Amino acid sequence: MAVVEDRRAGVQPMWVERIPPVWWALGLILLTMPAWAGDFILFQVMGWTFILGIIALSLMFLAGYGGMVSLIQMSVAAMAGYMVAIFGASGVAEISMGLPWWLYIPIAIGVAALFGTIVGALAVRTAGIYTIMITLAIASAFFYFTRQNYTIFNGYSGFNLVVPPQLFGVDWRQAVPFYYLTLGCAAICYAAVVYVSRAPFGLALQGVRDNPRRMAALGFNVTAHRVAAYTFASVIAAIGGILLVWQNAQIAPGTAGIPAVIDILVIAVVGGIGRPIGPFIGALIYVVLSTFSPDLLTAFGLSGERFNLLIGLGFLAVVFFSPDGVLGLWERWQARRARMSDPLKGGGA
Amino acid sequence: MQGFARRHPVWSLLIALAAAVLAWLIFAPWSEGLESVLGAKRIFLNALFGGITLGALYFLVASGFTLIFGLMRNVNLAHGSLYLLGGYLGFEVSERTGSWLLAFPVVFLLVGLLGIVLQHQVFRRMEGEELRQTMVTIGLSVVLADIMLWIWGGQSYTIFAPDWLFGPVTLPIISDVRDSGEAIYLRYPAVRMAILAAAIVIGVAMWLVLNRTRLGMLVRAGVDDREMLSASGVRIQYVFLAVFAFGAGLAGMAGIVGGTFQSLSPGEDTRFLLASLVVVIVGGMGSIPGAAIGALAIGLSEQMGLVYAPTYSVVFTFLIMAAVLAFRPQGLLGEAR
Repeated sequence: MAVVEDRRAGVQPMWVERIPPVWWALGLILLTMPAWAGDFILFQVMGWTFILGIIALSLMFLAGYGGMVSLIQMSVAAMAGYMVAIFGASGVAEISMGLPWWLYIPIAIGVAALFGTIVGALAVRTAGIYTIMITLAIASAFFYFTRQNYTIFNGYSGFNLVVPPQLFGVDWRQAVPFYYLTLGCAAICYAAVVYVSRAPFGLALQGVRDNPRRMAALGFNVTAHRVAAYTFASVIAAIGGILLVWQNAQIAPGTAGIPAVIDILVIAVVGGIGRPIGPFIGALIYVVLSTFSPDLLTAFGLSGERFNLLIGLGFLAVVFFSPDGVLGLWERWQARRARMSDPLKGGGA
Repeated sequence: MQGFARRHPVWSLLIALAAAVLAWLIFAPWSEGLESVLGAKRIFLNALFGGITLGALYFLVASGFTLIFGLMRNVNLAHGSLYLLGGYLGFEVSERTGSWLLAFPVVFLLVGLLGIVLQHQVFRRMEGEELRQTMVTIGLSVVLADIMLWIWGGQSYTIFAPDWLFGPVTLPIISDVRDSGEAIYLRYPAVRMAILAAAIVIGVAMWLVLNRTRLGMLVRAGVDDREMLSASGVRIQYVFLAVFAFGAGLAGMAGIVGGTFQSLSPGEDTRFLLASLVVVIVGGMGSIPGAAIGALAIGLSEQMGLVYAPTYSVVFTFLIMAAVLAFRPQGLLGEAR
């Protein structure tokens, strides 16, 4: 065993050394953030960024690796949040069952994954734009259903006072513990997506995206791969949904309303659906804009309510000029710089 | 019609039976046993007519959507915004001039122009890139919704119908029989009857234009094979512009109709976008008769659901869509591509 490892180390560096320095710097900044950032930044800005990033990551997985743009991810996340409120404890004592955390978290993820899988099984019967339309229609049906149903989802008002459990003597809703909780979940989800994308399943899924006929001819079950992708993405979205309900301490139909569903798409597309880091970049841009745009807009003499206009125009600009998002802009800029400095391809031309 | 009956004898029999039962439910006076099961006949008739009228409105919005998609493969998710914009513009016109009828041509022209700009400036740049079109039109609908919120605010508007459409009309359908044996006929708002009639006229006119004129021939040829049509010398971009302008103008006019018998407020744009999505999914992409059937089914299920199972009316709509998707993914009248 040791012989093999030695030989490998001689050919290529250890995996730790292959991580680019940018990642070390990013990790260091994120881990030491509580030392120099305020509670508002930690809880509201960074916590929300990681949560939205996780949910958008599940969309990125489906869209980037599976070629299926699904708008159901926010509803799946909200479903997980609802399950936490229903099976755990909340302010609505008539409905909530108050089970312990080690029971209701798996139940929530399981139910949300089941929901996402059923929707996925319906959606994979169609392709391209039809998938968007069908998932959008189902997402809106979910929104109206939760708003009208009072026996399970408590209708218009939803659930309040849904807080994370007091584990290991830590109040997880305090700024610093919550920051590390969301950071940890985001890192796990990111690693899971990267791992799955390189595993045989992920490679087969990318093959299905590029050429479903050929993959079917090679003996792969195309439909099963797509549905399984929905299941995996739903688990990730469910994790984001549970964190979301803990951060807001409440969940209501509006959590998965049409604007919220569209926002997840905006985040994923603005960040770039080509790579798993994209959704987090998009989420950071979105959260920073939504947190600070009222100040910015009033500085320009506009009313602070025009936030959606700003987001919409920014989104339009990104999809108009760079279909692969901010990441695509960055990559093109780097490619251009590399071309400029390359003496063979001509610096000045 | 005869071909369908020959190919699917069982289905035709079932459809004929359902039509007969429905006609009997509408025209025959109900016995007491039936009324104890289904409630008063008046309520049933009102739900039925409400559903048909709502279906007519959905048809007006969705037919433009399905036509644009069928011909150009353009996914216009800003269609609901065109509807709401048309409604607001119609409100302004009818308030300023006092003429309800004048609002229709004005709105048709204005929203149609916006449609031309959209097709020429946005969709032509990204022909064939469905995903990008979707994203861009979603962005456009967000921007348009916020601009409309800016101009018209968050309150809801109702457009008032002219006096000659005010009040109810009496239909030759018996809604109830008094103890004295005297029959009471159904009374129904005249505006809604006018909307229903207008939708039928527009639907038939569209069918005639599509199937009996040269322009319709071009459009149908374009739906079937776009490249071949442009190769045979037709300036297909002009056909596209005309169809897009017509579809957008129709959505704008539907906005006036919707503002007259319901109301206009922020959020209606997504509601009608989703309604057209569901209608088109159920009816089949690019098919006008499909849009009519889908609109009728969705409108009826929504109204009937509101009357007989208020909590779950949305779920009925969803169930219809899921059933169609499960058994006929291309839609009831859609063609598999």
